[in-house]
Amino acid sequence: MENVNSKTVTQPQNSPGGNWRNWMRVNVRQYTMILALLLVWSIFTVLTKGIFISTRNLSNLFLQSATVAIVACTMVLVMVAGHIDLSVGSAVGFTGAVVATLITKASWPTLLAVPVTLLLGLVIGLFQGYWVAYVGVPAFIVTLAGMLIMRGGLLGVTGGNTISPNSELFRQFGQGYLPQLFIKVAGFNDFSALIGILAIILYNISALRSRRGRIKHGFAVSSPRRQMLIQVSMSVIIALVFSIMVFYHGIPYAILIVMAMVLIFSFVSQNMTFGRYVYAIGGNKDAARLSGINVKKTNFLIFVLQGLAVAIAGIVYTSRLNAATGGAGTGMELDVIAACIIGGTSTMGGEGTVFGAIIGALVMASLDNGMSLMNLGVVYQYVVKGAVLLIAVAVDVSTRKKQ
Amino acid sequence: MDDFILEMNHITKEFPGVKALNDVSFNVKRGEIHALVGENGAGKSTLMKVLAGVYPFGSYTGAMMFNGAELQFTGTRDSEKAGIAIIFQELALVKQMSIRENIYLGSEFQKNGIIDWDATFVAASKVLHEVHLNRNPLTKIIDLGVGEQQLVEIAKAVSKNASLLILDEPTAALTETETETLMQILRDLRAKGVSCIYISHKISEVAQIADRVTILRDGRTIATDDVKNMSEERMINLMVGREITQRFPRVEHTPGETVLEVRDWTVYDKDLPTRKVIDGVSFNIRKGEILGIAGLMGAGRTELAMSIFGSYGVGRTGELLLNGKKMVANSPSACIEKGVAYLSEDRKRYGFIAMMDLCGNITLASMAKLWKNGVIDGNEEIRRTEQYVGDLSIKTPSVEQKVGNLSGGNQQKVVVGKWLMTHPKVLFLDEPTRGIDVGAKIEIYNIMNQLVEQGVCIVMISSELPEILGISDRILVMHMGRLVGDLSWKEATQEKVMYLATGGK
Repeated sequence: MENVNSKTVTQPQNSPGGNWRNWMRVNVRQYTMILALLLVWSIFTVLTKGIFISTRNLSNLFLQSATVAIVACTMVLVMVAGHIDLSVGSAVGFTGAVVATLITKASWPTLLAVPVTLLLGLVIGLFQGYWVAYVGVPAFIVTLAGMLIMRGGLLGVTGGNTISPNSELFRQFGQGYLPQLFIKVAGFNDFSALIGILAIILYNISALRSRRGRIKHGFAVSSPRRQMLIQVSMSVIIALVFSIMVFYHGIPYAILIVMAMVLIFSFVSQNMTFGRYVYAIGGNKDAARLSGINVKKTNFLIFVLQGLAVAIAGIVYTSRLNAATGGAGTGMELDVIAACIIGGTSTMGGEGTVFGAIIGALVMASLDNGMSLMNLGVVYQYVVKGAVLLIAVAVDVSTRKKQ
Repeated sequence: MDDFILEMNHITKEFPGVKALNDVSFNVKRGEIHALVGENGAGKSTLMKVLAGVYPFGSYTGAMMFNGAELQFTGTRDSEKAGIAIIFQELALVKQMSIRENIYLGSEFQKNGIIDWDATFVAASKVLHEVHLNRNPLTKIIDLGVGEQQLVEIAKAVSKNASLLILDEPTAALTETETETLMQILRDLRAKGVSCIYISHKISEVAQIADRVTILRDGRTIATDDVKNMSEERMINLMVGREITQRFPRVEHTPGETVLEVRDWTVYDKDLPTRKVIDGVSFNIRKGEILGIAGLMGAGRTELAMSIFGSYGVGRTGELLLNGKKMVANSPSACIEKGVAYLSEDRKRYGFIAMMDLCGNITLASMAKLWKNGVIDGNEEIRRTEQYVGDLSIKTPSVEQKVGNLSGGNQQKVVVGKWLMTHPKVLFLDEPTRGIDVGAKIEIYNIMNQLVEQGVCIVMISSELPEILGISDRILVMHMGRLVGDLSWKEATQEKVMYLATGGK
């Protein structure tokens, strides 16, 4: 997240204090999201007498949020463009069942079954994208149909039974951790620690490079002190997140996939023309079209990417549970949509970030996890999640109005 | 002692960091039409929002008296109850509903929640008669022209027995005839004792209709006087705070070779494929000239430009020659690539993306060309955007400001910047100065003149005759989808153009 002040054109540079407040105002949404997450964590820590905050639990929480987080990365694009995708729950279940069946019943090797499943995801995306973009059927209807069709497909593939893919390699996607690299007996995972350190270094290099670039172009940058403050606090946050996993079993492969997805789709949405087109279409479809943007092609591509992400999530999901069932992924679309919205994606399109959606996914997973730890019944879990979603949108709507 | 229906005294309204209104006093006599003029951002809208209760009592300082009683509104419903009706620039009608339903929306003739449609119909017919709108009350709003919709809004205000009517830029989208009708209705209402606040950028209209005028500038009252004591030039000078020597800066251009040739261009209505909206139009666009296209609303000017730009329906015949070569471009992106650009008349709907920043908006149409491998260079983007922000003197705190937060004139400049970045050979400007203030208008004209000197061909569609006559080098006149006139600026007069535009031979 680069949040350096841009060059001021007409206004003279404000006092540092004023600028700082400005900066806070601009970024207040991202802070409220993180603060909300920390609030949820503190509440559960108190309520579970500390069990919640253990590295073991938080590691598991990350793992639990992985499938929702993966799909949320592309759902943000779908929603920013002004669409919705109701089919992702069924699609995750369906692709997961297909990969399990290929491995178990057809005895395909994992290394063949996984790419074929990704291909299936692509086909799902092509299919739904075609109806939305080129026929013009509202995404709500297309994906509602897709949800039913794929739920049917899922029941057909599993035949109502539970399929457990018996492959050690396949299990790694959802359950495996990065191995120890050098130190075999240490109380932490050295490989993961290395990756964490690398992440911090890369972050700092890119932040400094971006700052240098702006200076080179003569744009205003934040004062060295503030820049340092930002970089140090970001580094601490990265270190904390990684240390949770480093001091448990290491980074799960599933989380590596999530991280890769976040990096890729943050880049796509912020730094690529395709991403800009998505925001333009969501912000004002007519203006985008008249500016020469190929609206149909862009919409089509969004759904293709969504299909791919769904297949990845399906693989991770089935692997983590080591089972494909007829009910797999039921209601997941709502978790994903809620994650995006809690993360600041506008329900009207045009606004939203991948980073925010990931925070949203963590909030949703934390609610599930925390309430399970407290042995609260599923009744409460639904009620609380619904209430949180409602409040999140209400807060969002009222802050938007003030702007 | 004058009989004031409204007195607003020492109104000050602050937003974080800005004093939008600074000790403004404004009053309206009973039964007068009082014009409120000022550049965009002068505080007109803010003042009216205070009056309408959009900004509730307590959020501003100062006092308001209406009909001799002090006003302390908590919301817009209060002002409505008091008898104040505002008609905003963007009409607030439900398009799918009938005239009858719209007029009585929120104040239905009802008993226990059951609507008496017959009583509604009779009452609606009566108010429609009062505003000279000869339409069946069952007609849906969507089937009315913009001018007629405006009249429905006024009928709605009349139906509520409003004693003070506020019109915000009522004629921005109206034709000459419709404007005439509106003026007549306002005069009728005045005769019945209804007062009216008339907000407009069109000084000539103010001179024509208003009794008194108040000029705002930078959140302050600059002057209030009888209109008969003020010349149009004086009003404009007071508005902009400087002498405007030329409202239409004319620069002599020498036309060069033909750049775009339109041959036998026929376009069919996108909803009614058998109806021709453009019928066999042929003309040339030459290098180094501003070609004005005049005509009444519905003459097909916008359809002509949009169909050339590949963004109007599919049914079209004829050919386009760009620099002598046949141009095949069926989409905006193909046209942009070939150097044809079209700035829409409706900038909010087709022009800019409100929640995107200046960078995103200005580079929007050139992205494919700027970032060949699909990756945006953020710094380069800012650098290029700032160039246009500077060239067009767009007033913004930063290029990362959302365009929705800028004033109308600056938003228009952002859209102009977007098209300039595509380096067009032919630039269609559809109502380029609609709804922007005098100062910004002149800046737009200067930009147009500069572009022509750089060799860009400019085609300007405008409903404002003085603008067409003042800026164009050559004027095409359209009537009912046909080209009915081609005049040089020297031979063109208001009368000639109007005569042709209304179908005279």
